[in-house]
Amino acid sequence: MSNITVEELKEKAIQLRQTAVTMVYHAQSGHPGGSLSAADFVTALYFREMNVNPEDPEWADRDRFVLSKGHVAPIQYAALAHRGFVPMETVKTLREYKSPFQGHPDSKKCPGIDISTGSLGQGLSCAVGMALAGKLDKKDYRVFAVIGDGEAQEGQIWEAAQSAVKYKLDNLIVFLDDNGLQIDGPTDEIMPNLDLEKKFEAFGFTTKRIDGHSMEEILETLDEVKNVKDGKPKCIVCNTIKGKGVSFMENVVGWHGKAPNEEEYEKAMEELARGLNA
Amino acid sequence: MIVLNKAPYEQKATREAFGDEIEELGKENKDIMVVDADIGGSCKTTKFMNAVPKQHVNVGIAEQNAAGMAAGLSTTGKIPFVSTYAVFGSLRMAEQVRQEVCYPNLNVKIACSHGGLTPANDGGSHQAIEDMGVYRTIPNMRVIMGADYNATRKLVRQAAEIYGPVYLRFTRDKVPVIYDENEEFEIGKAKQLKEGNDVAIIANGDTVCLALEAAEILESKGVSVKLLDMHTIKPIDHEAIIECTKIGKIVTVEDHNILNGLGSAVSDVVAEEGNTRVRRIGVQDRFGESAPYEKLLEINGITVENIVNTAEELL
Ligand SMILES: Cc1ncc(C[n+]2csc(CCOP(=O)(O)OP(=O)(O)O)c2C)c(N)n1
Repeated sequence: MSNITVEELKEKAIQLRQTAVTMVYHAQSGHPGGSLSAADFVTALYFREMNVNPEDPEWADRDRFVLSKGHVAPIQYAALAHRGFVPMETVKTLREYKSPFQGHPDSKKCPGIDISTGSLGQGLSCAVGMALAGKLDKKDYRVFAVIGDGEAQEGQIWEAAQSAVKYKLDNLIVFLDDNGLQIDGPTDEIMPNLDLEKKFEAFGFTTKRIDGHSMEEILETLDEVKNVKDGKPKCIVCNTIKGKGVSFMENVVGWHGKAPNEEEYEKAMEELARGLNA
Repeated sequence: MIVLNKAPYEQKATREAFGDEIEELGKENKDIMVVDADIGGSCKTTKFMNAVPKQHVNVGIAEQNAAGMAAGLSTTGKIPFVSTYAVFGSLRMAEQVRQEVCYPNLNVKIACSHGGLTPANDGGSHQAIEDMGVYRTIPNMRVIMGADYNATRKLVRQAAEIYGPVYLRFTRDKVPVIYDENEEFEIGKAKQLKEGNDVAIIANGDTVCLALEAAEILESKGVSVKLLDMHTIKPIDHEAIIECTKIGKIVTVEDHNILNGLGSAVSDVVAEEGNTRVRRIGVQDRFGESAPYEKLLEINGITVENIVNTAEELL
């Protein structure tokens, strides 16, 4: 998919946002805020960067994707549906009985999910394990992990980070969705993270802070870090806006885990569509 | 004589009972504290936070730290309630609670919403089906789930009044308010809802209302049912179970894995003391999945119909 243009990727990101919001609307439950903040880099990964095959989701040499902040499953599900891992109709079954789209990612039920998540702080350790296995098996695959800024309050994140450094996992690329909000309020009030870029750097990662809604910057940064075989894991700290793309959800704590009603849904879809036609 | 409300019942989630009672307790006693882990809104501690902000701590998404800090706070006489979802409050912080709360026998309460299958559409990752079992095996811990809003308020208050570790579990979803608001409850003492001598049904938490309905159906068919609400599975009410062994037939019902929950706790007593058959209704040692709560109960046979049929099979 590497010949896709930046403009096409930007459009794709909007489509994924629409699909994610549609899913949550249909289910009348789920997490729109953090899905929308992660939409741009998730799009870049699934539609340009990652070597994955919808025909063979368990292909041994594929790049891995671990959604450590598993509650934003709708954005990963949107990517999986648009990439053809599951039929598009699956979108209407989020959180329903027997759906591959469980409330939180479930590797037993959904093709393209490399490991089940949902309890915060744990996925990064699994990503570290996958990256270490890649090194041990002399494989070229890379492991991409997405963590939240609230999630970074879990001690296990830092246990995972030190292991990634010890084992020189330069095949691990972490996207940190630094949207500044968690459930009970702004991260700075609930439990200040201070500077997450510096924290990961102090642990021994190569770090970079970027605008997580600039497709250009996301792609440039990926190109810059992805093939550097310097024995250091990478952490891309993304400045993002929770709810990005839907004006009334942007930066509003209450949209962490709430479904839009019909009117809100229509407004959201309309606003997102305007982005498409811009 | 026990006073029960009449159907149609008012419906209320028991996490609301925790929120209401802890606010009262906090206003009455400045040593009562809440330690939240970024889900205070959902666990209903916001009113406490607003009423007595100095007694409220939010540690962010860091449950293990919450448990350890609560242990430290309790060493000077404070009475912290750690509040999170049951799956995190039992499993994520299990070792901190064992090591720093139960082993030194400190006065810390773990108070958790989203018990059992009630976080239904969140999926299997969020449904706590092992929590009561985990805590039942740790010395010094008491393990409690009230059947409704009124029972839960009373049990939260008692948990605050007695010294030592307590695990309290609440529902995310609404359940019928079956008890009158003046009913009294005692930790460790089963509540007898019906006296009978053909079969005993022992239930707890959100399944008590199902057991009550089943008992009424059985009675209408001429079966005499003894019905117990075993809100405390540890310390378990030995005496009440021994009474049931005189009938010789017990059906247990719980929104928890049938391994190591209420059914196991009852069977432990029966195995040592009575010549009795026990049938356990509950989660069939399988993970949950996203589905409506009622569907999840049905998949596991936690239904009025299955309670009736199981009791009849034993007769
Ligand atoms: C261990 C654990 N504790 C609590 C929760 C409940 N929870 C779900 S999302 C969330 C907030 C996450 O904040 P953040 O990581 O910043 O994600 P985002 O804002 O991007 O949605 C919490 C506390 C959980 N899923 N796992």
